[in-house]
Amino acid sequence: MRIAPFWPLAAATFVIGVAATFYFNEYYFVAGYLVLQGLIMATAWNILGGFTGYVNFGSAGFFAMGAYTSVVLYTAINPPLFVVIPAAAVVCGLLGLGAGYLTLRLRGVYFAIATLAMAIVLETLMVNWEYVGGAIGAFIITEDVPFFASYNAYLFVLMLALAIGSVALARYLNFSRIGRGLAAIRDDEVAAECAGVPTLRLKLISTTVMGAMMGVAGALYPYFVTFVEPVSAFSLIVAVNAIAMPMIGGTSTWVGPVIGALLLGSVQEWTKVNISSELNLLIVGVLLVGFVALAPQGIVGLAQKFAAWTREQREKRRGDDSATA
Amino acid sequence: MTQPLLDVQELSKHFGGFTALDQVSLHVGKGERFGLIGPNGSGKTTMINCISGALLNESGRVLFQGQDVTRLKPHQRTRLGIARSFQLPRPFSSMTVLENLCIPLEYAAKERSRLARRQEEAMAILELIGLADKAHDHSGGLTQIDMRKLELARAMAAKPDLLISDEAMAGLSGSEVDEILDRLFTLNERGVGVIMIEHVMKAVMRFSQRIVVLDAGAKIAEGTPDEIVNNPLVEKAYLGE
Amino acid sequence: MFSIDLLSNALVAGLLLGGFYAAVALGLSIVFGQLDIVNIAHPAFVILGSYVVYMTNTALGWDPVLAGVLFTPLFFALGVAVYRIYYAGFERTGRESLAGLAFFFGIMFILEVVIILIYGVDYRLVEAAYIGQTLRIGIIDLPYRMLVPFITAMAMTGGIAFYLSRTFTGRAILAVSQDRLALELMGANPIRIKSLAFGIGLATAAVAGALLIIIGPVEPSFGRLYIGRVFAIVILGGMGSIKGTLLAALLIGVSESFVQTFVGPSWADAVAFSVLLLTLVVRPQGLYGRL
Repeated sequence: MRIAPFWPLAAATFVIGVAATFYFNEYYFVAGYLVLQGLIMATAWNILGGFTGYVNFGSAGFFAMGAYTSVVLYTAINPPLFVVIPAAAVVCGLLGLGAGYLTLRLRGVYFAIATLAMAIVLETLMVNWEYVGGAIGAFIITEDVPFFASYNAYLFVLMLALAIGSVALARYLNFSRIGRGLAAIRDDEVAAECAGVPTLRLKLISTTVMGAMMGVAGALYPYFVTFVEPVSAFSLIVAVNAIAMPMIGGTSTWVGPVIGALLLGSVQEWTKVNISSELNLLIVGVLLVGFVALAPQGIVGLAQKFAAWTREQREKRRGDDSATA
Repeated sequence: MTQPLLDVQELSKHFGGFTALDQVSLHVGKGERFGLIGPNGSGKTTMINCISGALLNESGRVLFQGQDVTRLKPHQRTRLGIARSFQLPRPFSSMTVLENLCIPLEYAAKERSRLARRQEEAMAILELIGLADKAHDHSGGLTQIDMRKLELARAMAAKPDLLISDEAMAGLSGSEVDEILDRLFTLNERGVGVIMIEHVMKAVMRFSQRIVVLDAGAKIAEGTPDEIVNNPLVEKAYLGE
Repeated sequence: MFSIDLLSNALVAGLLLGGFYAAVALGLSIVFGQLDIVNIAHPAFVILGSYVVYMTNTALGWDPVLAGVLFTPLFFALGVAVYRIYYAGFERTGRESLAGLAFFFGIMFILEVVIILIYGVDYRLVEAAYIGQTLRIGIIDLPYRMLVPFITAMAMTGGIAFYLSRTFTGRAILAVSQDRLALELMGANPIRIKSLAFGIGLATAAVAGALLIIIGPVEPSFGRLYIGRVFAIVILGGMGSIKGTLLAALLIGVSESFVQTFVGPSWADAVAFSVLLLTLVVRPQGLYGRL
């Protein structure tokens, strides 16, 4: 599905986002940052889950390793963010490649279970690694930046740029030669291989991109919360959101996760403030199960069905008109 | 003797303690119509899985156009020119019929081509197979016979020199069998060698120039359809003692 | 540091722990191993079991093991209901791989959140006369809070193994994944058999939950740590073989106990997951068996 001009829309979104930081208060950047974080995670998850058909339960592991890459770099040399972000992408991309290389030859469910296991092993490693603060955690001290209203405003703008970049990459993959190969793998891996698709290589590309993108989503997290410890970095809600957002939006195109993330992310930020954060989690869970069971194609699928239905109705009406005339 | 298209040399394959294939050799010439038959469990499916690369054989070699492909993956063999259809149709069910063909046209091709060009080629193949009117239908919702045609069409879209047709006619009616057979003859006329694995004896006998019979993982007979029909060993394999 | 005393106690503690793990993995061994349903919510149902046992223990003073057993019919019914939903929504339409996994993941999350909403995130524990007592045989310590779960788990595992191998429906459950034709010849309806099997799988979660909360205090997110353990056990055990499951459970229990004693408690949680990853990479068909 081509939504008219992508790049002008992306540029406009970015400009509006930057302008907004001068008019709105701190709360909105914080909420906005979290929505964007969810959006990147959902987009990343969908490259493997939606395009390729492999479920990753260990999203929190990739996210947290992105965050911990930042912590390590900060503790060692405190480099600027434009070094930190690519470093997190490289670390988590390699992690994705490794996990994929080890388990993608097996059935899909084993990959899903292995990712879950990997997240827990990584969490244990971080808990036991004194250099990054172990179970207690590590502090990050941020400095003011020029031009921006606050550090959070700065992070929000960075996150906005990263989110737009991630969506653009997912969109490119969706419509590229690689994307068509991934779709064939998702539909039938054996048939895809026999049609000349190098399935293992494409799956590895897919996991690597997914891992790198999740690492990027986590790279700024330590600067955002200024304090990182394993339990919150590896939080299950990160993994659940990464699955729920694409499932709710629709997994077959790049648009679905974007819609799902914006919608579910906003609902979450709203309920967290206005109701309670536990209930907020319950809503996510119920929406996930509900959509998976009742509307497997997500909101995008529902919209397509509705469009097809109205077209049919219109044609029927036209047919009736010509019959009477 | 000229070099055969496909040359399988003393191929063996075991599953645990079970011997599925025991030192079987066979060859298929360029543009030849070749039948591979045998009772259930005789090793036919294992043989074509080893030829197409879905399974790796333990000993023996598979040569294709003189090149050793024994260790190559299925997609590499497809690119070299070995294509297969599946007994149980495996369409890319989220795609249209046309898009199904565009996958091998894009991935098995020796060089890159534009989308419009691929769609043209796909349409041409669909017309040949008789599926052109369903080009934009969703492949998941096709009838059995159309699924079989799609299997053949998609295999053809890889532009093979050797097409392996795995029981493309099982469960079809008499007139449908004739229809598929007719398509296979058409493809063969274009110079494509065909290995037909089939239980519908009438079809294999009519189609094949040469037949190999497998039983319990070993080759028990080879010859023209007439020779095979009159071979007492074959009769025994099929009817039992 | 390293003594016979420590070593033998670590070994015994590991065996006791492993026996209990067998109880937790048993239900999944049937559901994943036999029916090929990837119920990653199984540990969450075990935690649910712990909390219902906790509820009846604090409110009515019921013995935890007894409570766990009494709740099995309820969990069985719950299992049948969950399977029916799964069948109607996913298995029948052939979407079980991606959507089915997300479904159980969602169920797991909902169970956890519901328990948090009702009981909060604090640790909960049960009371019984034997908890806190220890049986000493020579140099070996046998705390009853480990011994009671071990014995109960062994009884349950034995019972399930007997049921599966000796009864008509039990054998039908074993046939459902391996030989559909045989099943149909036996005149059994596969959907009914699968509902039954899933129900039994969840029924074992009620008992396993009781055992879990006898061993120590439980909090709602506890189940996540058990996901790796139970899948490691079931896969290592060769997918659905009860004997294999028991053996794998004991192996994991002993390994964890050794790591806890000789390396440090904070590493113990990673043992099962590492074993799982290793199994998947090196020997996905498990100790015994079929892939």
